[in-house]
Amino acid sequence: MQFTIIINGKPTCCEAAPETPLLETLRNAGIHSVRSGCESANCGICTVWLDEKPVLSCSVPTARADGRRVTTVEGMGEEAAAVADALAAEGADQCGYCAPGLIMGILAMKRELVSPTDEEIVHYLNGNLCRCTGYHSQLRAIRSLFRHEPKT
Amino acid sequence: MYRVKEYVIPKSIEECANLLQKNKRSRLIAGNLFLRMTSADIPLAIDLSGCGLDYIREESDGTLRLGAMCSLRTLETSPLLRRYCGGIISRSVGEIIGTQFRNLATVGASVFSKYGFSDVITPLLACNARVRLFAQGELTLEAFLKQPRTRDLLVEIILPAGNAAGAFSNFRNSKGDFSLLNVASVRTETGYRIAVGARPMCAALAYGAMEQLARDPAAVSLAARTAAEELCFGSNMRASAQYRRQLCAVLCQRTLIETNEV
Ligand SMILES: Cc1cc2nc3c(=O)[nH]c(=O)nc-3n(C[C@H](O)[C@H](O)[C@H](O)COP(=O)(O)OP(=O)(O)OC[C@H]3O[C@@H](n4cnc5c(N)ncnc54)[C@H](O)[C@@H]3O)c2cc1C
Repeated sequence: MQFTIIINGKPTCCEAAPETPLLETLRNAGIHSVRSGCESANCGICTVWLDEKPVLSCSVPTARADGRRVTTVEGMGEEAAAVADALAAEGADQCGYCAPGLIMGILAMKRELVSPTDEEIVHYLNGNLCRCTGYHSQLRAIRSLFRHEPKT
Repeated sequence: MYRVKEYVIPKSIEECANLLQKNKRSRLIAGNLFLRMTSADIPLAIDLSGCGLDYIREESDGTLRLGAMCSLRTLETSPLLRRYCGGIISRSVGEIIGTQFRNLATVGASVFSKYGFSDVITPLLACNARVRLFAQGELTLEAFLKQPRTRDLLVEIILPAGNAAGAFSNFRNSKGDFSLLNVASVRTETGYRIAVGARPMCAALAYGAMEQLARDPAAVSLAARTAAEELCFGSNMRASAQYRRQLCAVLCQRTLIETNEV
């Protein structure tokens, strides 16, 4: 079937079976920042925004994205680059496999929470697993992005 | 991953329910998180996302209605639910996997599927929720959990009006894992309701403990022990039945103390 998904602001015609995970459809459309991790809704690596909300693209049927806005790091330009720089500066980016999903999670959090505490950051990003860097360096990087002293 | 022959996104509940009844092998699709892990051939997939079931409504008498397609994230962040019964429904879902997961998983599928590990069924049972099924109509959540599986569509969950105090407590081996036990307690003017879930069987009310508290609201530790003794527990890879029984007394005591403090 043919679907029109507004990928990073651009209406894009995608050919897929309706139940195909959005993850697969996005990769077939050349959006390679979106990666497959656990494929069982546990790891957060495939996180994209569907109409501004972070979701797991491994679990969204393509039919459900028809006519809707899907945003990935490719569509976040400078803002995503700033998060990537902050992660790199704190040594929070090692193999980089989980980074696009994490960046989309952090940017969603920035829109939802004002000056989050460490606890709120950890809670919000609990579904973004990283298997090599560790979470302390990520937390330092995120704190620096929000530019606030952690409330303990 | 399942394969679909036909995929529809109806605009009304009636259409969804009719298609479900007409085609005995059709499946309803909600958050798709559990379904995606099946490998069935589905002749007709009925996507519930188009029929306006994503709502939380407060009636003039204070009754709350949660549409079946409300995401767990909506339950977590809704100001109405954060106030309702000490916010136990919001609290119960807040630790399930991550934000992007909870933006997809729905309350209707969680309740209709009667998952033994469910975190959200437990506080709903303690709050004396009712469910509205398209074909069967309205019944208490307790009765729904006890009845055999039917082919129906859960339309909404109804929470009684009232300003009850409540508490929720659960225990996981690690973040992101299923709870190996969860407990919710609610205190209204008419008495206590204590629900225990992830036993790992589906949540149930601890009637003996509730009666004890009706006689003496201060008998918290006795009621907690009674709950642990009266309910059944099972063993699985997460914990033994014996461990769950011990944990039940501890979590019941904690939630009851918190409930009484309000
Ligand atoms: C990796 C993982 C971890 C989880 N961890 C937890 C946890 O720790 N605690 C917890 O409480 N839950 C947990 N869950 C369960 C989760 O919260 C949801 O209950 C589950 O994903 C089902 O919701 P869904 O919206 O994804 O349903 P779907 O996968 O879309 O559907 C599940 C079933 O329900 C049927 N269905 C859907 N909606 C309706 C309806 N309105 N009426 C009738 N039938 C319907 C479908 O046909 C299907 O058979 C977990 C799930 C996964 C995949």
